[in-house]
Order: sequence, then structure tokens, then C-alpha cells
Amino acid sequence: MSQKIVVGVKVLPRPEVLDTQGRAVAATLKEGGLSLSECRVGKYIEVSVEAKDASQALEQVRQMAEYVLYNPLVENFELEVKS
Amino acid sequence: MIGVLRFLGTNCDRDLYQAVEAVGLKPQWIWYQDTFDPKAYEALLIPGGFSYGDYLRSGALAAKAPAMKSLTEAARAGVPVVGVCNGFQILCEVGLLPGVLLKNQNGKFIDEWVDLEVVAASPYTGKKKVRYPIAHGDGRYFVTEEDLKKIQDKDQVWLRYFDNPNGSTFDIAGVKQDGVYGLMPHPERALSEWMGGADGAGFFEGFLK
Repeated sequence: MSQKIVVGVKVLPRPEVLDTQGRAVAATLKEGGLSLSECRVGKYIEVSVEAKDASQALEQVRQMAEYVLYNPLVENFELEVKS
Repeated sequence: MIGVLRFLGTNCDRDLYQAVEAVGLKPQWIWYQDTFDPKAYEALLIPGGFSYGDYLRSGALAAKAPAMKSLTEAARAGVPVVGVCNGFQILCEVGLLPGVLLKNQNGKFIDEWVDLEVVAASPYTGKKKVRYPIAHGDGRYFVTEEDLKKIQDKDQVWLRYFDNPNGSTFDIAGVKQDGVYGLMPHPERALSEWMGGADGAGFFEGFLK
């Protein structure tokens, strides 16, 4: 029996890629007196799918991530089952 | 003296500077990293553009710049402030104006002339109906229903679109709070007929004189 499963996709720039947005945010945080060594900015995507279990849902969303949600040249992604 | 703020990525700064000169007043640049005496200027202007490349959220990083600390003090002391386009976004992010500006409803950057209605009391002494250009990707003004009622009750909505281009709540193009005014359209790009319209001249006459 299939059920609605929500999968989160976390996309972040690869560690070796210069993350200009992360740097700008880090600079603003430091100017505000907050202490940090690094900051990276990515995006978070939630996808609801119909699947029979969590592993099937993860597989469906992995396909979507590889299809368009991330660019393997400059980004990494992680999946998590939300509900 | 009229202060004009500049951030990294501001790109309508010269237009605004020249608009101030055009009404016979003296503008002065304020660099985003500098703090200043809140009593040093008769009015403060925040130009449009893309401060910090719209990183994180449009206006979010600029709102934390040192110059904005001084501007906030100045605004609280009663110095008039106007933010145009990205300037409006920055004023919302820093909390001097209510609401926030989201991506246009149609997902597109919109660059066109729009008809606007001045709907509340403002120092703007010109016509009740004006025509200014807009040029923005994040121009959809958003407030919760509860906050919309609050700002309507206090007459804080001062500029509205006739034909809502971006999905803004209640067709809002500009809001105000005390002496702080924000608007998405660009009056500084409408100073004389050769620019496509001259309605903006009255805006600066009204606000700055």
C-alpha cells in the first residue's frame, strides 16, 4: 500500500568550491560580533511522494536530485525522510 | 545636506544623487561601513540595486551594516528617510517598516512603467496619480492579514498600484512608518519627459523641500 512520504533534500556547495554567499553572510555575522570559523549557504527542498516505504521514497527523490536539484560539479546533496 | 547610502552592489545611487541635485539640494555619499552623526543630515535616502547581490534575502545583509545603525538612530530622532526598491527591502529587513518583499508572483523580473495612486497623507505634494518605472524581481509586498489591518488603520499604506504587477498584498507599492517611507517604483528614473515621464520630480520636491 502506498503512502505519502515527505523527503528533504539538503543541497550545499562542495567544500572545495568558493561559496561567495557563505562568505558574505560570515562577514556580516562577524561584523555583528558573533564568532564563527566558516559559514556555507545552500538550499533545502521538500518533496512529497507516494511510495510504499521510506526506502522507495528516498530512491524516487534521489532520482529527482540527480535529475535537476543539484549540480554535481559544484554541489553535494543529502536526503532525509521527514514523515 | 541629504545623505545617500551606498552598499556593495547598490546600482541606482547616482540616479538618486542627481535627483537630489535636480531639486537644488546638496547630496552627500554615505559609505555602508561608516557610522555617522544622526543629526548630520536633513534627510537620508537608500537607493535601489542589489546590495550584497541579494544574498540570503534581499536587503538582509545590508540591514546589518554600520551605516544602517546610524540611519536607524536618525530615523528614530525624526530625520525623514526614503528607501527606493532595494532601499525599501533594506528598511523592511531592519524593521523600520512593516512587512517584507518576496519574489514576484509570476516568477519574473519586471521592468515597466506603472500607474500608481498616492493614497495617504505624505510629504509628497504632487499629483494623486503618478507614473513611475518599476524594475524588480522581489517586489511582492507581503504582510499578514493581521498586520495589514494594523497598517491600514494607521494609514501607513501610502502608494498603491492601479494594475498590480507583482502580486503585492492589497496592491501595495509603498508603506510608511513615522518619517520612514519605502516604495518599490523608481521616482528618480522619472525626472523629465525624455526619460519617459516627469512625475518623479514632484516626489523629490515634496519629500526633500
